[in-house]
Amino acid sequence: MRGMTSIVQTVAGLVAGMLFLYGCYITLHGHLTPGGGFAGGVIVAASFILMSLAFGSVEDSERSSYRFSSFFESLGGLLFLGVGLVGYFAGYAFLNNLWAMVGRPLHLVSGGIIPLANIAIGLKVGAGLWAIFLALGASQYVMKEGP
Amino acid sequence: MIPFLVCVLLFLFGLYAIVVKRNLIKMIIGFCFMEYAVNLFFAFAGFKREALAPIITDPDMARNFVDPLPQALVLTAIVIGLATTALMLALAMRIYAKYKTFDITEIRRLKG
Amino acid sequence: MDRLVPLFVVLPLAGAFLVPLLAKLWRGLTDITANLVGAVLVGLSVYGLVHLATGSPAVVYKMGGWMPPLGITLVYDSLSALVVLITNLVGFPALLFSVRYLDKFTGRWRYYTLFMLLLAGMNGVAISGDMFNMFVFIEIAAIASYALVAFGTEAEELEAGFKYMVMGEIGGLAILFSIAMLYAKTSTLNMADMSQVLARMGQTPWFWLVLGPMLVGFAIKMAMVPFHSWLPDAHLSAPAPVSAMLSGVFIKVLGVYAMVRVVFNVFGLARATAPAFFNMLVGFGLVSIIAGGLLAITQKNYKRLLAYSTVSQVGYILLGFGIGNHWAIVGALFHMLAHAVTKGLLFLASRSVERQTGSREIGTIGGLEKSMPITAWSYILGSMSLAGVPPFAGFFSKLFIILGAVAAKMYWVAILAALFSTVTLGYLLKVINSVFFSRKGVEPTPAKESPPMMLLAMVMLVVLAFAFGVGFKPVLDWVVRPAAEVLFSGLAYARMVLGG
Repeated sequence: MRGMTSIVQTVAGLVAGMLFLYGCYITLHGHLTPGGGFAGGVIVAASFILMSLAFGSVEDSERSSYRFSSFFESLGGLLFLGVGLVGYFAGYAFLNNLWAMVGRPLHLVSGGIIPLANIAIGLKVGAGLWAIFLALGASQYVMKEGP
Repeated sequence: MIPFLVCVLLFLFGLYAIVVKRNLIKMIIGFCFMEYAVNLFFAFAGFKREALAPIITDPDMARNFVDPLPQALVLTAIVIGLATTALMLALAMRIYAKYKTFDITEIRRLKG
Repeated sequence: MDRLVPLFVVLPLAGAFLVPLLAKLWRGLTDITANLVGAVLVGLSVYGLVHLATGSPAVVYKMGGWMPPLGITLVYDSLSALVVLITNLVGFPALLFSVRYLDKFTGRWRYYTLFMLLLAGMNGVAISGDMFNMFVFIEIAAIASYALVAFGTEAEELEAGFKYMVMGEIGGLAILFSIAMLYAKTSTLNMADMSQVLARMGQTPWFWLVLGPMLVGFAIKMAMVPFHSWLPDAHLSAPAPVSAMLSGVFIKVLGVYAMVRVVFNVFGLARATAPAFFNMLVGFGLVSIIAGGLLAITQKNYKRLLAYSTVSQVGYILLGFGIGNHWAIVGALFHMLAHAVTKGLLFLASRSVERQTGSREIGTIGGLEKSMPITAWSYILGSMSLAGVPPFAGFFSKLFIILGAVAAKMYWVAILAALFSTVTLGYLLKVINSVFFSRKGVEPTPAKESPPMMLLAMVMLVVLAFAFGVGFKPVLDWVVRPAAEVLFSGLAYARMVLGG
């Protein structure tokens, strides 16, 4: 992919870091404020996509990003299953909440497994969307490798 | 009643695009229209006049809320829609690489 | 068993996410993981059946510990047990077959991930007790199947995948639309709770208006005749194990099972209360049988022939549910089981032929019985079961459906069903004669037998088809009859799930 002009590159460089942090914030505070794993993951992926669009990429970096994203996507899925199985192996139902049933307002560490599940979903959605972007946008590499 | 009719209209636009248009990308856009119409319909279903939202029990407060469940469900449906749209676009791209065209009338190698 | 129910979904999902990670370590690990998951699922479903058959009550699993009308429930009753058994009994041999099938592809882990998602989705549909949850599982299985159909990424496969995807997604949207209307009216998503609310409302015009789009959606998924056009292309283009899954399981779980569950247990319809609806099912079933059978006879390509044959056989299942008395429904459920096993077998065997000879056309190959005896005989035995030759499973299922038709005094239906059973035999004999036995003037095609893993998968399915036929009495008493009871009891499902 080719990059864009230096105006776009400067602005993207300024914004992308904040966008990434904002996505992390929304993911982590999913049990307290509107948003959650999915919305946060999308914003995190948007920061990656912004950088990639502004600065362009070469095939090598696309290849490594693709590996990286598919690894984290699987990891996110496994983490979510693991979070679900915590309640299962503790002797309750699948996806049962363990410590506190409700989140206390303004307390980040509350709500039992809900924040953990949000983090796992955020990881999966962010990596998944980034992978979709790579597969659709950077298809030169993906198509060359074949199915 | 009017919001629901708008949903139906949107749905018909999408159906029109899928049935009439010959370009794969336009068909996918039509498909997105249909999906948004159904999602919009579901989101509208959360509001009922003079009804209480299920989770909040205080009747005075509950009258100011709409049912939050359809919104959560629509979010799920949107995620599913994202997956299908991405897969459709990927298929369309691969088809273009093989057939060198987006025209559905020329993509007819299968007979029957 | 009470605690094992979520594993039907959790295990294949875990497999799906583990496979890409393990593929980085060693390629063979992906095969081992996927097949291990398949084998464990077979074990679990058999264990579940034994658990239910020994008199234990159906399991209602509360996800996250929330009580039924509020939370999401998984319901594992006899009908779900039957469907889960069908899914996994075909899924495991298909996975075994895949090991060598994938030699010509590079993306082994992608295939297994999608296949595991397909299994997770279908198991999920079978055990879900919640409308929206069922829709989500339907979509998981459907999206995985679209990607699997186009897996070869050749021109024809992509075309078939796109065609299938457009039709399948319209069906999915119709189901979602129907669920939205149901939620707007009943304010609940739990199937049991919903059925009680619907029973209080009665059969108003609104009731049929909601059922309509949903039935269209399920009809597209099950390839009922006006909506069947995606099926032959998709089955022709998909990898053979996926064709076996699609034809044997996918259309039955996502189409027939979901429809039957909704119609009988949620909407509470029965032959006595809604005769017009059931007559319509009989009509569509007959149209499917006739159109599918006639189209199958004219085909030159033996995989496409099998695909049209699937349309015809699904017609039998629909017919059975449409007749709606005891024997017909037992026969329809039995036919789901028998057809899944035999059609899976036939698709695997035809892939084995295609792999060793490189041809899909009937006229171009012949005399394979000498060079590939195991493939040939599994194909022949599978055809006999499908066409309804005793003592195979397919004979008893069709017999029960025809008995049901006679008991319901639908003599013409019984005669047509019996007649088209011989048509089935006809088109299958055409394949057997020209492909497997040598004719005068046609040299036997030189070929070697397939690798042992593929043969093992086929032999497993042959044994199953034979065992279900010879041992039809225990299968009937322990597996099929309890499942039919769930359908007959209709709204008792709600009392069972909600307790009390």
